[in-house]
Formats: sequence, C-alpha cells, structure tokens
Amino acid sequence: MAAVANSIFTPATAARFDKLATIYPLKRSALVPMLLYSQDEIGYVSDEVVAELAVRLDLLELDVRNVLSYYSMLRTVPAGKYNVQVCTNISCMLRGGFELLDHCKHKLGIGHKGVTADGLFSLEEVECIGACCWAPAVQVNYDFHENLTPAKMDAVLADYAAGKGKNEPPSPSIGPAGTEAK
Amino acid sequence: MPTLVSHPDEVKVISRRFGMGAKEIDRYIELDGYKAVQQGIEQGPEWIVNTMKASGLRGRGGAGFPTGMKWSFVPKVSEKPKYVLVNGDESEPGTCKDHVIFLEDPHAVIEGTMIAGLAIGAKMGFIYLRGEYRYLLNIVEKAVADAYAKGYLGKNIFGKEGVDFDIITQTGAGAYEVGEESALMESLEGKRGIPRIKPPFPAVVGLYGGPTVINNAETIANAPHILLMGGEAYAKLGTERNGGTRLFGISGHVNKPGVYELPMGYSLRDAIYKVAGGIPGGKALKAVVPGGASCPVLKADEIDVGLDFDQMAKAGTMLGSGGIVVLDETVSIVEFALRTIRFYQHESCGWCIPCREGTDWLKKTLTRFHAGGGNKKDIDNIQYLAENMMGRTFCPLGDAAAMPTLGFIKKFRSEFEEYLAGARVEHPLIQITPVGEPELAAH
Repeated sequence: MAAVANSIFTPATAARFDKLATIYPLKRSALVPMLLYSQDEIGYVSDEVVAELAVRLDLLELDVRNVLSYYSMLRTVPAGKYNVQVCTNISCMLRGGFELLDHCKHKLGIGHKGVTADGLFSLEEVECIGACCWAPAVQVNYDFHENLTPAKMDAVLADYAAGKGKNEPPSPSIGPAGTEAK
Repeated sequence: MPTLVSHPDEVKVISRRFGMGAKEIDRYIELDGYKAVQQGIEQGPEWIVNTMKASGLRGRGGAGFPTGMKWSFVPKVSEKPKYVLVNGDESEPGTCKDHVIFLEDPHAVIEGTMIAGLAIGAKMGFIYLRGEYRYLLNIVEKAVADAYAKGYLGKNIFGKEGVDFDIITQTGAGAYEVGEESALMESLEGKRGIPRIKPPFPAVVGLYGGPTVINNAETIANAPHILLMGGEAYAKLGTERNGGTRLFGISGHVNKPGVYELPMGYSLRDAIYKVAGGIPGGKALKAVVPGGASCPVLKADEIDVGLDFDQMAKAGTMLGSGGIVVLDETVSIVEFALRTIRFYQHESCGWCIPCREGTDWLKKTLTRFHAGGGNKKDIDNIQYLAENMMGRTFCPLGDAAAMPTLGFIKKFRSEFEEYLAGARVEHPLIQITPVGEPELAAH
C-alpha cells in the first residue's frame, strides 16, 4: 500500500520513496536523498514537496525546511532545464575557471543564479566539485565536463541546446534493481 | 570522464585495478576481488585489526589517524548496533582522489566496508558520497546490487551461517561541512550537517547512538589490499609510522595534472617536477598548497620535503587529503587567499561563533583589501582573526580556514604589503558576489 495517498510524485518515485523510508534504522535518514530526488523530478523543492516529505517521514514541515535550507544543491525556485555549474575554486581558478564563468555569463546572457528567458539554461558559480585534476570543470545538472576552454564550453552548451547533451538519467532506482547510467 | 595518468615512480596498490574494468564484479573477482573479506571471515576480527595495525595505514581523509587503532577502539560488546560509515563526501578543494576510486574500483570500497564491519562486529555499513557525485553513486549502487546478487552482501554472506552484512548508499546534497565525521553522521540521520561535540567519540557513541567507525573512502579501499599482501609488506612501501602508499591529486599549474599513487614519503619536489611534469611554459614555481586548501602554503624553496604526515608536520604544514595544488609565479597570493577564504566562509555551518564570524570577517577584510581599499592594519587584523579562530570550534572547519590564512600572511607578508603599495595584479573576474547567494550589491 502506498504510504501517501494522492502523492505529487510519479508512481515510480512514490514507490521508491515508500521503500526509502523503510531501509534506514531511522526513517528520517531518508530526508536528504528524498529532497534531492524530489528536486530531480519536480525541478525544485516546492511547498508541496516539503508538505509531502513531512508526512512521509513523520516530521514537521519546519524540520524539512530546516534541512532544506542547509544544503547548497537544493533550491526552492526552478532552475533552467540544464543547470550549468561552473567551478571557480582554487584548482579551477588557476586553470581559467573565472574566465569560463565569465564566458558563460556572456554566452547565455545571464548572471550567477540566472535563468535564460526560454528556461533552457541556468548558470551558477559553484564551489569545488571534486574534479580538480581535470580543471577547469563544469557540471551540467549531474554531468561532469572537464578540461574545458571557452571554445569547448560553447560546444558543450550547443549540444545541450540541440538535445544532444550527456544528460544522463539523474538517478537509478534504489537497491538491487539499480541500473548503471554509463 | 577523468583521465587516468601513469608514471614509472608510482607504486600501485590501491590503483592496481584502475583502468581494468574492475567496476564489473566478475572482472573484480578475477583481479583477486572479494578474497580478502573471505580471508577476514576465516581469520577473525583480531587478525584483521592486527594486520591493519601492522600496515601503518593512517587515515587518508586528512587527519592521518592510525586506522587499525581506530578500529580497535570500538567496544566489543554494545547494546546498540554498530556501524561502518564510509566518508566519500570528498570536498576539500584540490582533492579528487576518491572520485577516481568510486569510478574505477567501487568494489574495493564495498569489500573494505565489509572488512571494517567484520573487524568491529557491525552488520551494516553506509557509503556516503557527496551530492555532486551522482554518476558515481549510480556506479556504486550497481556494484552493491551486483554484490547482493552474488550473495556477498545480505544474510549469510559467502554461504557463511550467521555472517550478515548490509550496505546502504546515498549522497549528500552539497555541503563541505558534512565531510567532518560528526556532521556526516548528522546528515545521514536526516539533519543539518552540524558537528557534534567530542567526546563521546564516534567509536563509542556514533551513528544512531551506536559505536561507529568512520573512514575515508581511500582508507577503506586499502583494507582488502592490506589483508592480501600482509600488514608488514604494506608498511614497508612507506616510511616510518607512515605505512604504504597514497593517492595524490596534483592540480593547478603542472603539465600533467592527475591522480597518482606514490609511496608515503615521496619527495614533493619530484611529485611536482617529475611525476606531474613540471610547470607549463617554463614558469617558475611560486608556492604549493600541499594537501588540500586548508593546508598552510609552502614557498618554492620549501618543497624538498617528503610526502608523509610527520615530515609535512615538521615543515609546518599538513599532508591533508593529498591534494597538491601548484601555483606558478603569476599567481597573486592576495587573490588566492581571498578565493580560499571565500570558500570557507561559504561552507561554515554557522554553529560555532569563532568560525561563523571569523570566516565572514576574514572574507570581508580580504575582499576590501583585494579591491584596493586595504590598509596596513588589515594585514595584522587578518592574522589576529585567524589566530583567534584556531582551536576554538567544535569541528576543524574553523582551523581549516585559519591555517591557510596564517600561512599566506606569514609567508607572503611582503606581497600583501606590496599590494598596498600599488603592485596590484588583481584578477578582474573574481567576483565579490558570494557563491550561493543571489546577486548582491557590493558594499
């Protein structure tokens, strides 16, 4: 039986959340992954997401918001279909991370946390993403793009705009039924 | 996709299976996979802990605590369940070694987790990756599912009656602070990643209140190799009190950046000039941040030092997470310091006042200084602020911000003074806007 009637999520995600709430020694442990997977599906963490996760995990909405506000990858407003995250931390900075960010700003015509008018791209300057040896690096949604130059960046953006980006499925199902994305 | 690199000076233990398709379970088994854990089941917990102690393996997350000793601290009898927690929240700027392990050899992490579980008597392990590593989570989840399918995880593993082990994998959602062990446990319990006061230490009261061993992913992935080759043989690869090898991520101004496995104690100079191919364009070296952004900087004439925990401490810095960031002569230290401190200010969780206020004032002062509005007193103030953060917070984030700041001020004070005198080589693109906040008017 579904844990929540009239879930705002797709049946697959709702079933996945039913299961997630049972695998941990403590139900609440599922909160951070659930917030992330909700965002993957809805595009951001909406009031409705907060309300449903609170019900699912027997928490107050306040508890959910308290956690939500802590993590930098979680957002409460929609981003573009492709969220371009440019790292400018030290290793990337030394190899042109700021130039790359500046290039993206001009190319997309938006600033940090901006969204293009057609909703296709959003831009974010992010802290270290763990790709220091392949700097400068950018993440578009969850996909890594490494050893970039402004010209390579243009090609990456053009691919996404043409629907040919990497754009791996954001997440597999939980547990033994997991599928590999690559 | 990270490019794999190689150099003849490398000693491959943990990277032995890199580039060999070992993320497929059958290939991993062909390459001696899941042998060590079965040996561990046969020989028992004491043998595992003693082998790990003999190996001289020290925590690869940065603190360098002896792993065997850490495992031995867990009480044998506990009313609450015990847990193994693998820290794959790799977030220290300059560090991307665990990235490669999860990508190339995820089963080694899984097998290591099982070995740690056997050693302390835990039946459940968690592998926690940083939120940005979603594609790596997919790889690790597939590997875990494959191990379940073979009967290597779950109930009666390897057909051994009464030997159970389960693994749960998940990611965070963007937070440097969660890489600190107690904040990691908070995050895994579905809370904000705020550190806990110690004692009690996690070995006694950890995840869900149960005794918990928390190890970095590289530390854990070393365990199967150590059991197979023997503790003494592993220890011999390194230097005294610094057993074995470790992964070094060399980034910044080098010709061949990449993740290399070098023996502990290997020369920092050789790591930069031989292994990573030296500095592009024949430029001169200015400085090295030797173990991730939190480590005090070394000047160009201080790199004749061995890469192990003790030699680096003697040189006034740290081996840290093994992320070596190389700066050539063109880098402005003022600017580099600002970018470093901007990171720590952004990541401070705000729980402890010296860190929350200290990082913010450091950033404000450095931002103004960098923009040309500095004065001589700022340099002393920066030092004063950093000195007053040291050792005054629950977790090491305050120290992680203060240590590099003090390093920059002490070793490159003259550059700060010259900057004031007009020798600004400021990077016009460094934005004052803090990362993660909406556009903010400069003030």
